[in-house]
Amino acid sequence: MTTSTKQRLPRLRAQHRSLTRPRRSPLLTALTLIVLVYSLAPLVWLFINATKTQADLFDSFGLWFGGDFALWDNIQQTLAYDDGVFGRWFANTVLYVVAGAGGATFLAVLGGYALAKFDFPGRRGVFALVIGAVAVPGTALAVPTFLMFSQMGLTNTPWAVIIPSLISPFGLYLMWVFAAESIPAELLEAARMDGAGEFRTFFQISLPLLAPGTVTVLLFTTVATWNNYFLPLIMLRDADWYPLTLGLNAWNAQASTAGGEAIFNLVITGSLLTILPLLAAFLLLQRYWQSGLTLGSVKE
Amino acid sequence: MTAIAETPAPPEASALPRRRRRGRRWTGWLFVGPFIAVFALVFLAPIAYSVYLSVFRTQMVGGTKFVGLENYSRALQDAQFWDGLGRVSLFLVVQVPIMLGIALLVALAIDSGRLWGRSFFRVAVFMPYAVPAVVATLMWGFMYGTRFGLVANLNDAFGIDLPDPLSPGLVLASIGNIVTWEFVGYNMLIFYAALRVVPHSLYEAAAIDGAGEWRVITAIKLPAIRGALVVALIFSIIGSYQLFNEPTILQSLAPNAITTAFTPNLYAYSLSFSGQQYNYSATVAIIMGLVTMVVAYAVQLRGMRKEQ
Amino acid sequence: MSTRPRRALAGTAVAGLLALGLTACGGAEDQGPVDTASALEEGGEITVWAWEPTLEAVVADFEAKYPNVTVNLENVGTGNDQYTALQNAISAGDGVPDVAQIEYYAVPQFAISESLADLGPLGASDLEGTFSTGPWDSVHSGEGLYGLPMDSGPMALFYNQEVFDRLGVAVPTTWDEYLAAARAIHAADPNAYIANDIGDAGFATSMIWQAGGRPYQVDGTDVGVDFTDEGTKAFTAMWQQLIDEELLAPVGSWSDEWYQGLGSGTIASLTIGAWMPANLESGVPQGSGAWRVAEMPQWEAGAHATSENGGSSLAVPAASANSALAYAFTEYATTGEGAQTRVDGGAFPATTEQLESADFRGKEFEYFGGQKVNEILADSAANVVEGWQYLPFQVYANSVFNDTVGQAYVSGTTLDEGLAAWQEQCITYGSDQGFTMG
Repeated sequence: MTTSTKQRLPRLRAQHRSLTRPRRSPLLTALTLIVLVYSLAPLVWLFINATKTQADLFDSFGLWFGGDFALWDNIQQTLAYDDGVFGRWFANTVLYVVAGAGGATFLAVLGGYALAKFDFPGRRGVFALVIGAVAVPGTALAVPTFLMFSQMGLTNTPWAVIIPSLISPFGLYLMWVFAAESIPAELLEAARMDGAGEFRTFFQISLPLLAPGTVTVLLFTTVATWNNYFLPLIMLRDADWYPLTLGLNAWNAQASTAGGEAIFNLVITGSLLTILPLLAAFLLLQRYWQSGLTLGSVKE
Repeated sequence: MTAIAETPAPPEASALPRRRRRGRRWTGWLFVGPFIAVFALVFLAPIAYSVYLSVFRTQMVGGTKFVGLENYSRALQDAQFWDGLGRVSLFLVVQVPIMLGIALLVALAIDSGRLWGRSFFRVAVFMPYAVPAVVATLMWGFMYGTRFGLVANLNDAFGIDLPDPLSPGLVLASIGNIVTWEFVGYNMLIFYAALRVVPHSLYEAAAIDGAGEWRVITAIKLPAIRGALVVALIFSIIGSYQLFNEPTILQSLAPNAITTAFTPNLYAYSLSFSGQQYNYSATVAIIMGLVTMVVAYAVQLRGMRKEQ
Repeated sequence: MSTRPRRALAGTAVAGLLALGLTACGGAEDQGPVDTASALEEGGEITVWAWEPTLEAVVADFEAKYPNVTVNLENVGTGNDQYTALQNAISAGDGVPDVAQIEYYAVPQFAISESLADLGPLGASDLEGTFSTGPWDSVHSGEGLYGLPMDSGPMALFYNQEVFDRLGVAVPTTWDEYLAAARAIHAADPNAYIANDIGDAGFATSMIWQAGGRPYQVDGTDVGVDFTDEGTKAFTAMWQQLIDEELLAPVGSWSDEWYQGLGSGTIASLTIGAWMPANLESGVPQGSGAWRVAEMPQWEAGAHATSENGGSSLAVPAASANSALAYAFTEYATTGEGAQTRVDGGAFPATTEQLESADFRGKEFEYFGGQKVNEILADSAANVVEGWQYLPFQVYANSVFNDTVGQAYVSGTTLDEGLAAWQEQCITYGSDQGFTMG
């Protein structure tokens, strides 16, 4: 199956191009451009304001550069402020993403694969249960969750952030759909005939086929974990374990604390530094997407 | 609810091996088990605890006592709760179609191959999703400023008088704008990914039949990504009913327009965190969960009916 | 110093779940009399939750002086964020700090749920007279003494001299003059306002306090709420005119727009707590040299009545395992050496010794054009009108201020109507919580 797909690929691609690559449309491009400007304008604001000193921040026009180009200076200050605590927060965030998003992706891949490829008792109920539970507002569950975690001695430890991050309902759904689409039943049946165990089959045959979908889910869970705010706020009290979002909020709160130092320029520069790695990751993963999606698109 | 589990999934009966050994019946659980175990810990257990809490009442003076369904009957007569529910329902019927509509149009535009620089579009439109809600709201909060913000700058520059985006009449729309900004790209990507897996033999057949582009969209593309549309819709419904981050953060700028019961979720939060009424807070959360499920289920049924 | 009541970016967060805590906390009473000196000698480890920046230096000095003691200073969040964490920890009966910073308005709430140790038996009752009256009253609740005042916020008028000069407006000494000045400023420069206000519970209650209003009457679990007394009426009658004539910048305090307005001179003055100088210095550097401080405007010409705005105490949670040591640190940090260290760091003290010292009063502030700001602020501390009480659920009350009174700023509702709605909501809440509301 895989080999035949590969052989057919070039031919289909050629057909595809002739059929679905009509002339480009300036009108359509212009219309989409409006959405593009809408999407990017606030980011441009963030970048421009990250180049300003605190004084310029208040004095100059928001969508244009101020008197001094202070970006490098701001970045330096951001990284150095309070003994370089920003670096610590950054490292924490990376830890939460690697463990949380990585784990969430792994669980979603396993679960999605099971939903797509096995007929087991209760299969139909699983996703309904997940959707039903997700429908209950999480903010009201925060305190019960805190009390439970506290009983287990998990609060104020990285586990309090990582464990809840391990669940990605949307990731489960995506993997379910993706596994159903991309793993031919015959292939699994053949492996079983050969006497391969289910887990060996999964790791050696299915997992590679699921790679593009896995990358997609990893992208979504990474973003979710990177931007996680509410739960760490409840669970952590030691600033040494803060992720970036909580750290930035703490910096922002300084402005409203008597005796605290207002550091809006660092909050803004810190915000920029916080989203840059995500944007970079997205651009890098884009290549995997491309291949994954193209592979999917020739499937008949 | 089982219907929800069924429709979004692709046809799969044929993918399931028919003949199975008995032992394999439970093999699926080995794979889905870890997910369910963690899920039970971080979702089911707190929910069960909340249900338990919802039948008690605890007072600062007087302690805790069992009150049965009293909290529920109170919620059903609570004007603040209903106001909030009405508000998010309005948000749902206005914002969600706009957001998903834009996302779908952009996905179709990029998929059509008629754009210059389509991979750039795809990345750029998705970018806002990478911005934490805290930062996003900080940025928009600045732009909404009528005294010293961008709205003020525009008013000065063009001698116009834009209304205050954070006034009580407009604040819901302003929040809708932030949410739309954050999630258009996310939904676009889901639609786009679904469009990319539409079998091209269908397009070939359509081309042979001489179908126009619009016809291809309505007859082939949209039905083909129905599953993705329904799921995006369901997640958007949940998102609308749970509206919390954006109003909470904007609240510091517009405390009079965004009251503590602005959305049911915000209300549950305020009850629990400012008011120590965590029994009642749990009750509100559970009712909202039920309402959300009912609406999601209705949408699901409707989605299925159209399909037939 | 501490924050004035304000909203953190995180939202209206707040001090929940006292009820769960009821079962979790023990009492300090059963620990018997305490000898702080031996506790200090013996040493040990305590955890302090506070966001007050000057405490870092205090902790360093304390550890140097008592080498056997280790103090873990943790910033768990400002104001409400910290109360949430504290309440959660108390509820869970795990991870409760030994000392916690608590703003005055929130003290009764933690006290009535017996979450805090009574510091009287630990030695605090000997400190009568050490602190100025306003803060000292604020840490008392019923028969108990639930914290030591760390800083205070006697109110004063901070104003931008350059703006008043440029527009030819005299600095007001009474509220009548203030109203006239508000009109003159906005008339002379339509972009300029005498102040900003979009409805702020802390500010409104402080204003009512100064005007002689006593809306809250608390006696144990008997609680009265009444916003129709003379003092309250005096405030609303005057402030309503400012709102009706649109003489207040519709900008929330502590927002970036606010800092921007203070810097550009479009917000010409602030009636606010004495802890403000440090914030102006760091947040509004452009205003250096332009700002001055004057006595809070008066209701009667020639009077000297003021009130407190914000400020916080250090308290010892009842669940602390080492309350003797915790109290020893609390006393060190709030009195004598510790208080002096904090004043040197820029904090505004609550101790009479510091408030009356010549060094403190004579300090010239470069930011305020060399003015001896502390003279005015310390006098304000001495002139705080007595007899004010906060509700035992003030955190909740403040959280719904904008739902009710705040509507006066954005709709046809008046302040009086808003206060009536606020009163009603507080009474309903109090009754729900088992208080006897009168």
